Amino acid sequence: MSNETTLIFQHSRPGRSATAQAPKPVSEDQLSAIPASLRRKNKPGLPEVGELEVVRHYTNLSTKNFAIDKQFYPLGSCTMKYNPRGANRAAMLPGFLNRHPLAPASHSQGYLACLYELQNFLKEVTGMKGVSLAPMAGAQGEFAGVAMIRAYHEARGDDARTEILIPEAAHGTNPATAVMCGYKVREVPVGKDGDVDLEALKEACGPQTAGLMMTNPSTCGVFERQIEAISKAVHDAGGLLYYDGANLNAILGKVRPGDMGFDVIHMNLHKTFATPHGGGGPGAGPVGVSQRLLDYLPTPMAGLDEEAGDYHWIDTDTLPTSIGHLSAFMGNAGVLLRAYFYAMVLGREGMIRVGEYSTLAANYLLKRLEAIGCQAAYPERRASHEFILTFAKQAKDNHVTALDIAKRLLDYNQHAPTIYFPLLVPECFLIEPTETETKEAMDDFIDAMAKILEEANTNPETVTEAPFTQPVRRLDEVKAAKELDLVWSE
Amino acid sequence: MPYIPHTPDDVQAMLQAIGADSIEDLFDEIPAHLKAGHGLDALPEGRGEMAVTRLMAERAEQDRFALSFLGGGAYAHHIPAAVWEIATRGEFYTAYTPYQAEASQGTLQVIYEYQTLIARLTGMDVSNASVYDGASGLAEAVLMSLRANRKSKSRKVLVPDALNPRYRSACEAIVSNQDVELVSVPFCTDAGQTLVDSLSPFEGEDYAALVISQPNYFGSLEDVDALTDWAHANGMLVIAVTNPTSLAILTPPGEWGEQGADVVVGEGQPLGVPLSSGGPYFGFMACKKKHVRQMPGRIIGRTVDMEGKQGFTLTLQAREQHIRRSKATSNICTNQGLAMTAATIYVSLLGPDGLASVAGHCHANTQKLADKLCAIDGVERAFSAPVFHEVALTLPQDADTVLARLAEKDILGGLSLAKDYSMKNAILVNSTEVHTEGDLDLFAQALKEVLA
Repeated sequence: MSNETTLIFQHSRPGRSATAQAPKPVSEDQLSAIPASLRRKNKPGLPEVGELEVVRHYTNLSTKNFAIDKQFYPLGSCTMKYNPRGANRAAMLPGFLNRHPLAPASHSQGYLACLYELQNFLKEVTGMKGVSLAPMAGAQGEFAGVAMIRAYHEARGDDARTEILIPEAAHGTNPATAVMCGYKVREVPVGKDGDVDLEALKEACGPQTAGLMMTNPSTCGVFERQIEAISKAVHDAGGLLYYDGANLNAILGKVRPGDMGFDVIHMNLHKTFATPHGGGGPGAGPVGVSQRLLDYLPTPMAGLDEEAGDYHWIDTDTLPTSIGHLSAFMGNAGVLLRAYFYAMVLGREGMIRVGEYSTLAANYLLKRLEAIGCQAAYPERRASHEFILTFAKQAKDNHVTALDIAKRLLDYNQHAPTIYFPLLVPECFLIEPTETETKEAMDDFIDAMAKILEEANTNPETVTEAPFTQPVRRLDEVKAAKELDLVWSE
Repeated sequence: MPYIPHTPDDVQAMLQAIGADSIEDLFDEIPAHLKAGHGLDALPEGRGEMAVTRLMAERAEQDRFALSFLGGGAYAHHIPAAVWEIATRGEFYTAYTPYQAEASQGTLQVIYEYQTLIARLTGMDVSNASVYDGASGLAEAVLMSLRANRKSKSRKVLVPDALNPRYRSACEAIVSNQDVELVSVPFCTDAGQTLVDSLSPFEGEDYAALVISQPNYFGSLEDVDALTDWAHANGMLVIAVTNPTSLAILTPPGEWGEQGADVVVGEGQPLGVPLSSGGPYFGFMACKKKHVRQMPGRIIGRTVDMEGKQGFTLTLQAREQHIRRSKATSNICTNQGLAMTAATIYVSLLGPDGLASVAGHCHANTQKLADKLCAIDGVERAFSAPVFHEVALTLPQDADTVLARLAEKDILGGLSLAKDYSMKNAILVNSTEVHTEGDLDLFAQALKEVLA
């Protein structure tokens, strides 16, 4: 691992540059059409470095990251599965890479064919009637979904619906999205077994209910067994049912959101379809809808004239009721191509195996961790593709928190699971191994956890002060927030 | 089993540890009649990497073209080989949001450097870690301006008609659900600019912000100082929408007028991100320090660890959805990390002089192209304003027809202004440093033939 702590700006020397990369400067004469008043007075303080320095600097920085390509990365609800290299190569083919987003359909048939087939693939695998690939991330897919719910109610003149119901265990993006779509949020409690409190939900439903947003399997890592009763309660009240596809990996090929009664869903292709997380994006959040929301799908979408065999764009001129465009062009096109590659490699049998083997891995890891003394949050339940442990006991007895254990895992070369989410389980880990990890990789994680639990008893400082092996020790986050240093200055 | 490593022995051992007889048993909490299988019959059989790569290579080949002069918000530039070789290293490519800061110092330092680059390029105090793209970034900036402009009670924002219509439409789709109104400001049809004169009807009215696009959709350069001062004098914030390449030679928004713009957004694609059919790109977003708590998205701060060593971490998270839920500044969860990483490497390679040189060539080539095309009978500039690297031209014939005929010659000769501006004979053409003199001549020759 590198000790590079110098900033690229500190490597800068006036007059140095990667000269092979820029064209020769133009003369002032050639810029004379631009009024002097609009010209920059001082050149921007960008780094002046040679090509090797840049390559070395960023290569060294990269080694300071944990990544799926290096470590087991069981970050719950994020589905950190293997990202096939072949998908990256295919999406980076020059014909795709150089295609301008506004190129005419005559010069886009290859690209449109991939998109059209991906739309159909996602329709089948989710059981929905229509799919748009336009949203650029899960949160934007959520936005598109709730905006469609709103458009649907408004088109029917049903404008008294002002509330979106959300189980309290939901991802933070759910309530934030409902507000962005102009709705009030009402949270619904979750019972001790991880299922929604059905009676409370029924009471919350009414003429003000626009819809319910939920994930299934839920963020509690269990399948919501009352899904049909929930669907009925919401639909009887005139609301629509929104499926947050964060956990679609668990049920891929097993149960389809469309068959569970959901009206609108989003999928996270960077989770379920193995596109890279890229250090925080880009993702892609396609939406799927039932029959009654087809007219509101975000544009553009790929269409096929079956007689002529030509692909074309479906846009707001042919779908004027659409909620419209969510980006300047066509969403995160390159991510969609990677997902298409993955879908085509896996095919039907592969899709079914994803749900099966991700569930097998999670249940195995859960049972083994319970056997070494970890406490499951819902011990009576099957794990879905992920599960929750609680370290409330360690926090009370040894003053060793979930955060401490997470940091100590880094010393054992294991990426920490998601911590402190969902908020309703104290001192929790949300663990998702995915279907692409070997049994040995999971066994190493289990061994590390066993050692840490022992350390928590015998030598708690090694846990509470961890990590010791990373480029930095624990960071002063209070200082970071109080003495804001967001931009470097000499 | 593609990407699934288990041997039959592994599966047996795991089932045994679980105490289950079969994998199917693990789904026993799901009501049996809900289980699928049936619906998947329409899906194709899986194929190996070789077959799928071949299929996609054939598809990609179909979309090749000889020459393109399309712009409209996405621009072809030379991208140094090092940019994506490094950005797609597994350590960047397969990491996630840096929640565990100690194990993510690489990504975190890159973002901190990126924030610094954007702040310096735009002349602003602070930047976030990027948003999805320029258009959705504008929507975030509009919503941010409503929160940040404490003197205004308005939910209306002034938006020039000369703004990229795709930005306008995406922004509208995103903000309209929150009862925000985008009010149009017309442009001068001679100059192709937004004039302060055309703002006078809005004087004395309460608007949260004025959007200023530099350059505007027609490539025209606006009198940003006058527009900025007008907005501030009328109690509005200024949201700048800019092209990042242009900022190497144009006045940065932080220096517009007396006080500078308040929020700056734009499409980051020109900084080392391939055209790639429209994405993934990234939107950059910067603002004055006093507004930072109203800014959406991830923000990275520099701090120290418990031993006093420099380190980087996510900060000001109290603005974000995972903490604040329904009271967050936005529902945005991630940034466009990989594209933003590529941009950081790109800008570092080019440096201030290299980027200025790229910007200079874009401008010079566009001027040259306009001159060559305007030498053809009946072709002339649509507007009189100076331009950066895009120019509107009127043709003696219907634009859509001419463009279709150029496409038959494998030349993508610009964007039609017919649909968005009812200028049915007008096209928008762009040139950048990627075009040679020969490319420009080919285009001029082809257009001449089509018009003849």
